[in-house]
Amino acid sequence: MTATVARDNQVAARANDVWKVYGSGEAQVMALRGVSVEFERSRFTAIMGPSGSGKSTLMHCLAGLDSVTRGQISIGDTTVTGLGDAGLTRLRRDKVGFIFQQFNLLPTLSARENILLPLAIAGRKPDPAWFDTVIDTVGLRDRLGHRPAQLSGGQQQRVACARALVARPEVIFADEPTGNLDSRAGAEVLNFLRNSVKEHDQTIVMVTHDPAAASYADRVVFLADGQVVTELTGPTPETVLDTMKRLDVLAEADV
Amino acid sequence: MLRATLKSLLARKLRLVLSGLAVVLGVMFVSGAFVLTDTLGRSFDAVFSTAYSEVDVAVSAKPKVAVSEFEGEQVAANFPASTVDKIRSVPGVATATGVISADGARVIGTNGKVVTSFGPPQLGGNWTGDDELVELRSGRGPTRDDEIAVNATVAEAAKIKVGDRVGVLTLAPKREFTLVGVFGYSGGRDSLGGVQEVMFTEPVAQQLMLGEKGVYNSVVVRSADGVAATALRDDIARALGDQYVVKTGEQLSDEASAGLKEGLAFFNNILLGFAGVALFVGIFLILNTFSIIVAQRTRELALMRAVGGSRRQIIGAVLVEAVVIGLIAALLGLGAGVGVGALLAYVFGQFGGGLELAPIGVPVAAVVSAFVVGVLVTVVAATLPALRASRIPPIAAMQDVATPDRPLTRLTVAGAAVAAVGGALLALGLSGNAGDNTLWTILGGVLVSFVGVALLTPLISKPVVALLGRIFSWSVPGKLGRLNSGRNPRRTAITAAALMVGIALVTGVTVILNSAKSSLTALAEETIQAELVISGAQTGPRLPSFDPAVLDRAAALPGVRVVAGLYGDMAMVGGERTYVTATSDVSALRGIYKATPTSGSIDRIGPRQLLVDAKTARERGVAVGSTLLVQLTRGEQQTYTVTGIYAESDLFGGFVVPVEAARDFAVPQPNLGYLQLDPGTPVDRVLPQVEALLADSPEVSVADRASFIEQQTGQFDQLLLMIQVLLALAILIAVLGIVNTLALSVLERTRELGLLRAIGLGRGATMWMVTVEAVVISVFGALLGVAVGTGLGAAVVRALRDQGITNLVLPWSQAAVFLVLAALVGGIAAVLPAIRAARLNVLGAIAHE
Repeated sequence: MTATVARDNQVAARANDVWKVYGSGEAQVMALRGVSVEFERSRFTAIMGPSGSGKSTLMHCLAGLDSVTRGQISIGDTTVTGLGDAGLTRLRRDKVGFIFQQFNLLPTLSARENILLPLAIAGRKPDPAWFDTVIDTVGLRDRLGHRPAQLSGGQQQRVACARALVARPEVIFADEPTGNLDSRAGAEVLNFLRNSVKEHDQTIVMVTHDPAAASYADRVVFLADGQVVTELTGPTPETVLDTMKRLDVLAEADV
Repeated sequence: MLRATLKSLLARKLRLVLSGLAVVLGVMFVSGAFVLTDTLGRSFDAVFSTAYSEVDVAVSAKPKVAVSEFEGEQVAANFPASTVDKIRSVPGVATATGVISADGARVIGTNGKVVTSFGPPQLGGNWTGDDELVELRSGRGPTRDDEIAVNATVAEAAKIKVGDRVGVLTLAPKREFTLVGVFGYSGGRDSLGGVQEVMFTEPVAQQLMLGEKGVYNSVVVRSADGVAATALRDDIARALGDQYVVKTGEQLSDEASAGLKEGLAFFNNILLGFAGVALFVGIFLILNTFSIIVAQRTRELALMRAVGGSRRQIIGAVLVEAVVIGLIAALLGLGAGVGVGALLAYVFGQFGGGLELAPIGVPVAAVVSAFVVGVLVTVVAATLPALRASRIPPIAAMQDVATPDRPLTRLTVAGAAVAAVGGALLALGLSGNAGDNTLWTILGGVLVSFVGVALLTPLISKPVVALLGRIFSWSVPGKLGRLNSGRNPRRTAITAAALMVGIALVTGVTVILNSAKSSLTALAEETIQAELVISGAQTGPRLPSFDPAVLDRAAALPGVRVVAGLYGDMAMVGGERTYVTATSDVSALRGIYKATPTSGSIDRIGPRQLLVDAKTARERGVAVGSTLLVQLTRGEQQTYTVTGIYAESDLFGGFVVPVEAARDFAVPQPNLGYLQLDPGTPVDRVLPQVEALLADSPEVSVADRASFIEQQTGQFDQLLLMIQVLLALAILIAVLGIVNTLALSVLERTRELGLLRAIGLGRGATMWMVTVEAVVISVFGALLGVAVGTGLGAAVVRALRDQGITNLVLPWSQAAVFLVLAALVGGIAAVLPAIRAARLNVLGAIAHE
C-alpha cells in the first residue's frame, strides 16, 4: 500500500458542495445548500441538528439512497453521484452498511441469517474469525437462532449493527439508531458502535438529535438550515447541548 | 363513517378492481345468458310468426310413436288425400292444401359432401306454388319428377345454381334431380330460422319424404272471410276425430318458438355453469383481498374503535365496501354480459344458418340477477373478514402489535368437519341413493368438499410449501421468496385454494372422461368382432344412414365373409316406448357382438318375430312364445312373438325385429354396417373397395375397427377439450388471485423490500424473489388441485363401475402438464408485482409505515 493511496483512504465519505432541492415553484424546499464535509476513516462521526436541518437528507445522499441536485458525493474512491441503479446496488452491497431507527430486520429469518444476509446477497463467504468477533462484540451468541419477533428491541438493533458490520463496509451509516430504544439499550448499542470503531477500525457516520448519543462520537458535525454550521471534536453531552443551544446564533452569524 | 369507508375504498382502486374482476366475469356470464336467451327467443318468435303467417289452421295426424326430443325425431303419421277433402267440406274453410313437409332431405353439395345442419330441420316437401310467404328468386317450381327447387340457404351452402344436377338423400338412397328454382321468403329472407327446404313434385315428395304414395302429413287451411281461426279449428277437429291434431297458425308459431326456446336452456345452463365456477372461485379471491386489507388497516380500525366506533360500525364499514365493489362489478359485468350475449346471439345466428336476429334487448331479469348475484357474492365473501375486523382490540392502535399467527387448530377441525360433510354428500350422491336429487347432491358434495379442503389448506401448506420451496433455495432471493410464501399460511392457502378449485375440476373431469374412454375402448375391442365398420358422424337428431344395397354389394366382394347392417328406431313394444334394432343378417349377431342365446334361437328371425336380451325379458316378464303388440313409426300395429332371448352385453341389447320391418322405421336405411373378412384377407385391400361402394352414401364412411372405435370414443376428447376451455376461466380467475395476493404482499412488505434493496439486493434479484413466491403458491395450488381432482374423479369412476366404466385412468401426464403450467402461470402472475417491488424507491420504502 503506497503512501498516496493511504492518504486518499483517509477519507471514507465526502460531500462536495452538495445541494438538495425538493419540489419546485412555491413549494420548493432547499434541504441542503452547498454542504461540503468529509468523514475520515476509522472515526465515529455524528451529524446533529434540529428537525428540518437536513441531517437525514445529507446522510441519505451520502449513502446513495437519495440523489443530489448539485454537487458530488464519493464513498472511498467511488463517485456516487451519477451511478445508475445497478451501480448503486453494488455500492450498497460492497461499501456501505446501514443501521436504521426501525431495526428493519426480516421477520422470516433468524438472527444469524439476518446478520449474514448482505453477504449472502453479494454471494460472499463470511470470514469466520470476523463473524465471531462481531457476534461477541454485540453479545448475541446465544440468540443467533432466534427470530426477530423473539428478541427485545435492543437485541434487534444489535443484530442490525452486526449485519452492518459483518460485511466490513467502507462506511456504516446509522440513522437515529437509538431512537426507538430505552436509554440502557441505547447506551449498549452506542458503546458497541464506539468499540467497533476503536478496536476494529470501522467508520461510522451517525445521524442523531440526542446530545447524549452524539457524545459517544469522536466528532460532531452540526447542521442548520441545510448548511454545516460548526463542528466539535471530542464532545461531551454538555458541550453538544451547549452548541445546539447556540446553533441559531451561529447559523445567523454564518449567513 | 360511510364517508371514511368510501374514501379508503377510492384509495385502493387497483386492488379492488382485481378482486372485483372475478365478480365481473361471473355476472357477465349470468347476464349474458339472459340477454342471449331473450334475444334469440324474440328472434324465433319473429321467424315463426312469419312462417305461419299464411296458415289459419293446420292439421296433422297424431304420431304413431311419441318420441321425446332426446330420443330422436317424432314423425307424424301420414293420412290419405280423402282427409284433405273432408277438411275442405267443413263450413268456413276457404282453401285446404295437402302438404308434405318432413325432416330428412339432405342435399349433396358440389364438393360431394352432404350439407349439414346443426339444429334447424332439413325439410323436404311438395311445391305448392309461390305465395305471400314463398318468393321465387330464380327459375320456377318443379313440374317434372326429376326436378326440385331449394331455398336460398340450401343453394348457398351446397354451392348449386339453377340447371345443376343435384343429389338428394331422403328416405330413399341418393337420387339425382335437376335444380329448376331457388326461392326465398317474404322480407328478403333466405331461410326461416336456418331451416333448409327442398321442394319436389307432389308424388315424388310423397314417395321420398313420407314413404307412401298418395298421402300427406299436414293440411294448411285458410279460413273464409269473417271466420275466426279458433272456431274453425274446433269445427275441423270435431269433423276429423281424435286421431288428428288441429291447431291454429298462431298456436303452431308459439309452440315452435317455445320448443326452440327450450333447446336454448342448454346454452343457458352452460353459461350459468361458467358463471357458477367464476363466482365460486371469485369468493376465494374477494375473501382474501378483504382479509389482507383488514390486516393492513389494523391500526386504522383500532383507532376507530378507540375513538368510540362500535363493533357493528366496523363490520358495517367493511360490508359497505363490499356492497360498493359488488355494485360496481355488477354494473361492469352487466355491460360485458350484454356484449357477450349479443356476440353469442350473432354467432348462433350465423351457425344456425342465418337466423335473422331481433334487436338486442336487456331483460329485467338480466339486470336484477346481475345486481343480486354481484352484491350477494361480494358481501358473502367479505363477511368473515368483516367479523375479524370487528375483533381488533382498540389497544392495537397504540401498539405495534405484529398480530401473531393464530393457531390453526380450530380452522383445521372445521375444515376436517366440512370436508367430511362434503365427502358424505358425495358418497350419498354417487351411491345412487339420493334419488332425483343425485346431481344436486353430487354438485353440493363437490362444492362442500372444496370448501373443506380450502379450510385444511393452511395446515397442509406449511410442510408442502417448505418442501416445494427447497427447489428454489439455491439462491438467496429464492430462499427469501420461499420464506415469504410460507409466512402467512392462511393467505397462501386461500390463494392456492382458488387455483385448486379450477385444477381439481379439470383433473376430475379428465379422470372421468379418460376412464370412460378407456373402458369403452376396451369393451368395444373385446365385443365388436368385425374388421371393417361403416358409420358416419352424427350432426343432427338423425343418424347418418346409407343405401342398404351397399350391404349386398359388399357381401359379394372377394374376401368378405359376413356383412351385417344395423337399423334402429324408437317403437312402441307392448305399450312401452323402447329402442328397437333390425339387422340384415341376424345370425351375424353371434359372430359380431358375441351374442349368445339363453333360450329359443337367435340365429334366424321370421316376420313378426322378436328377439330380446335376457335383462329386458326379465323386466318385461316375457319368455320365448310371449306375444307383444308392436307399433313402428309407420304402418299399423301388429302382434309379434318372442322367438329368442340372448345374454345382454353393454354394447348390444333390447328388442330385435326382422329387417323387413325396418321399412317402417323413421329412417328405413341402415346406420351401421359390420364386415367380417375371411381369415388372412388384408383389410387394406377390401377397404378401398367398400369405400367405392359408398360413393352415393356421402354421410358415412368405412373404417377399420381401430379407427372406428377411435371415432366413436373421439367424442370424449372433444367433450374434454370443451370442459377444459370452460374451466380455464376458473384458472384465469385464480391467477388474478395470485396477482392480487402478491401485489398486496409487496405493498405490505414495502419497508422490508426497501431494507433488502438498501443492503444490496439488485432489481433482478428482487423480482426473482417475488416470482419464487408466486411460483411456490401456484404450484402448491396445482398440486392440491391434482390431488383433490384425482380423488373426486376416482370416486365418480368407482361409482360408475356398474355403468361399464371399469378402467380407472389416472392423468399422470396431464398432471405433469398442469404443474408445469402452474409454474408458468405463477411466473406470469408475478410479473406486475415483481416490477412494482423492483421499482420501489429505496428511501421511501424504508421510511414506509
